[in-house]
Amino acid sequence: MKPELEQLAESICAKYDYDAVNLLPILQEIQSHSARNYICEEMARIIAQKLDITESRVYDVITYFSALSSEPRGEIIIQICNSTTCNVNNNRDLIHWFEEELGINVGETTPDNKFTLIFTHCFGACDVSPAVRIDHDVYGMLTREKVKELIAAKRGVVV
Amino acid sequence: MKQVHFITELFDKYDGRSLQAYLNVGGFASLQKTIEIGSEAVLTEIDASGLQGRGGAAYPTGKKLRQAQAEKAARKFVVCNADEGEPGTFKDRELLKCNIYQVIEGMVIAGICTQSQEGIIYVREEYTNMHDEIRNAIAECYSHNYLGKNILGSPYNFDLKLFSGAGSYVCGEGFAMCESMEGKSGRPRSKPPYVKQEGFLNLPTLVINTETLSTIVSIIKHGADSFRRYGTEESPGTKLISISGKVNRPGVYEIPFGLTIREIINDLAGGIRNGKKGHFVQIGGASGGILPEWLWDTPYTYEDLAKAGLSVGSGAIVVADEDNSLLDYLKVVQDFFSHESCGKCTPCREGNRQLRFIFERITDGTVTVADYDRLEIVLDVMGKASLCGSGKTEVVPFRTAQRYFPELFLTKESLEAKKAVV
Repeated sequence: MKPELEQLAESICAKYDYDAVNLLPILQEIQSHSARNYICEEMARIIAQKLDITESRVYDVITYFSALSSEPRGEIIIQICNSTTCNVNNNRDLIHWFEEELGINVGETTPDNKFTLIFTHCFGACDVSPAVRIDHDVYGMLTREKVKELIAAKRGVVV
Repeated sequence: MKQVHFITELFDKYDGRSLQAYLNVGGFASLQKTIEIGSEAVLTEIDASGLQGRGGAAYPTGKKLRQAQAEKAARKFVVCNADEGEPGTFKDRELLKCNIYQVIEGMVIAGICTQSQEGIIYVREEYTNMHDEIRNAIAECYSHNYLGKNILGSPYNFDLKLFSGAGSYVCGEGFAMCESMEGKSGRPRSKPPYVKQEGFLNLPTLVINTETLSTIVSIIKHGADSFRRYGTEESPGTKLISISGKVNRPGVYEIPFGLTIREIINDLAGGIRNGKKGHFVQIGGASGGILPEWLWDTPYTYEDLAKAGLSVGSGAIVVADEDNSLLDYLKVVQDFFSHESCGKCTPCREGNRQLRFIFERITDGTVTVADYDRLEIVLDVMGKASLCGSGKTEVVPFRTAQRYFPELFLTKESLEAKKAVV
């Protein structure tokens, strides 16, 4: 068992009284500490032990919710809305611009593990559609130029 | 009278952040009044307003609160449903951003009316960038005794906290929401018992929409009569709509019930972009009905939309123009449900799988009469036998598309045969 995983799980589970009712916020907080935006199998096992629940329940919850991941992802997650309004507003160009700028297809992570580009369903930014969500921030009304600037800025921030 | 400001009265009057600023514009007057006149008088006023739940089910709010009040238990919960996940809907986002204190005020009033002392605002994960503001507002209310023990010197206690969803459409359903708050994956439970009887932690739980709560506060403040000045007999009052798609001014507007879809599109949203012709709208979210352009003079009311096979739903209106293909649109809707179906009940899980196959064959032109027979069976079973509202209402966009665009659901052969006759 990796001591740093154990330590993180202990501090967060203690904060939530080791009560499994709080599994969702516990997992969200654990994942927020992961540079790769995921919860590894070993961590899931540690949490299950600490909360005295089965590993399968932890895995069930991680894999059920879109915001949680059992697989490593990029440090920055770019979510392109692929729901009704953004389709009506022709999000194809936007998808293409991001793929071009990052050099990957939707569903992939850049080789430097900096960005993961994925589709997502409506996040309530239909008034600025087609929209993307980069981590927790929403960007709409994008042009080719703005996408370029956005990615450049994010690359700068991360380095 | 197109756009009105009954629920949104304070949207531009204060910054939406400071409690003091909210108090300066008359905030928490409805809570004061509730403490003075008592829950029965408040419930009578809400009954008289005719307010229906704004989350989509349109259940009479007064009745819902009375049922919650009738439940007896040592602990009872009020949950504000701010998990708006219907694609095309962003009106709760505005209520949380522009007037969070009114939502909190509505929560405390709902708590007093139903003798519940614990509240939770369930905010979708997609709105994480607003979570801190909401938590700050809650903390402000605690520090000035609008939350906590003996609120404003009254015998009432009410605690409130924020719970973040984690990205799941089905969690907007009451039981799925309770499951996720209990640290489980968000799958609905079988009914009965209902959420109001055995919800969160198997205790009585009132799940109430953000807009409904905000409206309650305005009704108590201005009276049921002022609310009923707007709208129609069967659809009293005002509604927040989220309009988006191919319009010039997408956004959230508060309207009196009774405007036509065309008035909403042209007069509020500035008409269709680039002078294009309208094609169809989808009303009420991904599970809402499709209404063709030639029926856009339909008034936006519960009763008129019901006649057309639609419902108000979440208040979303997604506008498509002549360049948008309905088939592509329906595939996006179907894909949404394939992704969001929780997988617990067979009709929704397997039904979506079959729908996907059928739509693939419609797209590549290999669809057969047998596929369409299967489509009928699948939609019928999903609509009748799905466990929760998600699977049940998912059939609405497809049913309304069949009704208004029947040529979309013909095989290549019958389409050609039809053309030959013409």
